[in-house]
Amino acid sequence: MANIKTNENKTKAQSMGLHSEVLTGKTQQKFFNPDEAENFYYWGTYDVDFNKRIDLDVNDLDCKEANKKIDELMSQGYGTIVIKNPQGKHSLGVGVLNKLNLIFEGSLGYFGVGSIDGPTVRINGRVGWSCAENMMAGKVVIEKNAGSCFGAAVRGGDLICKGSVGARTGIDQKGGTIIVGGDAGAFTGFMMQRGRIIILGNVGINLGDSMYDGTIYVGGKIGSFGSDAIESPMTKSDIDWIKRKLKVAEIGENFDVSKMTKVVAGKKLWNYDALEPTEKKGAI
Amino acid sequence: MCGIAGLIHRGKSSNVGNELQAMLQALKHRGPDSTGYALYADNDGENFIMRFKVGENVGEGSSSVNEDESVYDKRKELVDSMLKNLGAKVIKEEKLTPYSYRYEMKYDEDLMEFSKKIESIESVEILSIGKSLELIKDLGDAQAVLDRYDLGKVTGTHAIGHARMATESGVDIKSAHPFWGYPFSDVSVVHNGQLTNYWNNRRVLENKGMRFMSECDSELIAVYLAEKMRNGATLEEGMKDSLSGLDGVFTYFVATKDSLGMAKDTMAAKPLVLYESDELVAMGSEEIAIRSILPHEIDTYDPFDGEVKVWQI
Repeated sequence: MANIKTNENKTKAQSMGLHSEVLTGKTQQKFFNPDEAENFYYWGTYDVDFNKRIDLDVNDLDCKEANKKIDELMSQGYGTIVIKNPQGKHSLGVGVLNKLNLIFEGSLGYFGVGSIDGPTVRINGRVGWSCAENMMAGKVVIEKNAGSCFGAAVRGGDLICKGSVGARTGIDQKGGTIIVGGDAGAFTGFMMQRGRIIILGNVGINLGDSMYDGTIYVGGKIGSFGSDAIESPMTKSDIDWIKRKLKVAEIGENFDVSKMTKVVAGKKLWNYDALEPTEKKGAI
Repeated sequence: MCGIAGLIHRGKSSNVGNELQAMLQALKHRGPDSTGYALYADNDGENFIMRFKVGENVGEGSSSVNEDESVYDKRKELVDSMLKNLGAKVIKEEKLTPYSYRYEMKYDEDLMEFSKKIESIESVEILSIGKSLELIKDLGDAQAVLDRYDLGKVTGTHAIGHARMATESGVDIKSAHPFWGYPFSDVSVVHNGQLTNYWNNRRVLENKGMRFMSECDSELIAVYLAEKMRNGATLEEGMKDSLSGLDGVFTYFVATKDSLGMAKDTMAAKPLVLYESDELVAMGSEEIAIRSILPHEIDTYDPFDGEVKVWQI
């Protein structure tokens, strides 16, 4: 069993009130210790050359084999990987913790490119449920439509769907930006906590239901507001920010951003904003 | 979890047996317990096709009580006798497994009374009656059921199917999908989800004379729609009504002799991917089901919450 004891040698983080305790004894978890040089290694990162390009046909591979192959190719320095024949398979491209140009020529099934941290992904087809779930950083562009739970629990990066998306887009979103060129289904922004969602088309019922924080911008009609979601006035900084984001996303070039509806949380949760400064930075 | 799949060829026939098998096999991971097919086949349209079972598959994984096969023959004789009494003329009969049969027959009277009398025989269940509907369901995956019932050669216009993971009722044929829309000929339903007002609806519908053969919540959809249509509603009207009449989470398909429909609950809690063109509509719980018959790049989408769609052949 692991035991807790007070650490007397304070680091900078500890002096800010974080990590005042350390674990000692036997545990199955491995904790970060700056005194152990090997722990500075970040698993899954490689030096890659974006000009080094390779095609990978996954028609005869299952998702585990395909993802392992992507990892192998990154370890060989390939910085641009083009996936052929994804055929709607699930969980392709998950867990890429590296800078990488990852291109899918086709459609993905459920949980595509989930838990990624850094890659730039372009998907020429459609994606199924829970695309880019838990994404930490990077950019994902989907040329066609997306299923439900698009960008569930994303924490950072830009997630862009040029078509329409299903229900519960941005559920539990904790940061980053989700941009949808078409319509979105019911419960968009459900339990959203941080970050921003831009929907250029219409949204379904219960928009922003039970949202804690964050901002949703809607260009079309709203089916209904969810509990705790309210309309807020658009400001110049909102308009400038959306214009910049749409330009980066390469959609909505002639869209009249000033007519969008801004939706925010109408209630403030007790103690919700009492985050440490470092935590706030991570969340936003 | 369960997986559902459906397709409709518009203006032509195709090998729907093999196509649906490929779609359901791709969804096997969603439901390995049993597989069901509702194939709308190119029959001559003259006679009724009745598929019925006189017992359960008691093979590996079954939750049914083991029976001696000799009781099946006795029940079959009782069915033949009852058909004679009802004035039905059997044109052709096929024994498909020890417990299931396919009859071609002529019958002109009320199907509800007919079904009630046939099913009054112990352990006899009509799986379907129709002039084009061939409803087959059994334990095992899509390939096993296709092989067991020789469905690879069936051609037709449309089909729906189901790969079942048993959650709320037993691993047996009576709880497997599709469900026949008793007492309507050529109506079948498959469902993915859970219905939470099953018993309330069942009590009301039973009081109106409708019959339930299993305790599977999905059967409610078939009976619910059948009762609506019995009172004059169109299929689409019945399906739209079901969005508020049925409580829970669901995506379901319903097929009739010349149409195929889908409905999704107002929470959009259950998945569905749809491909639509002038020649073909294909849909399934996951994109891989559609890709199994359309490997080239296509445009697909998720229908929104509360959506109902119906296509004609």
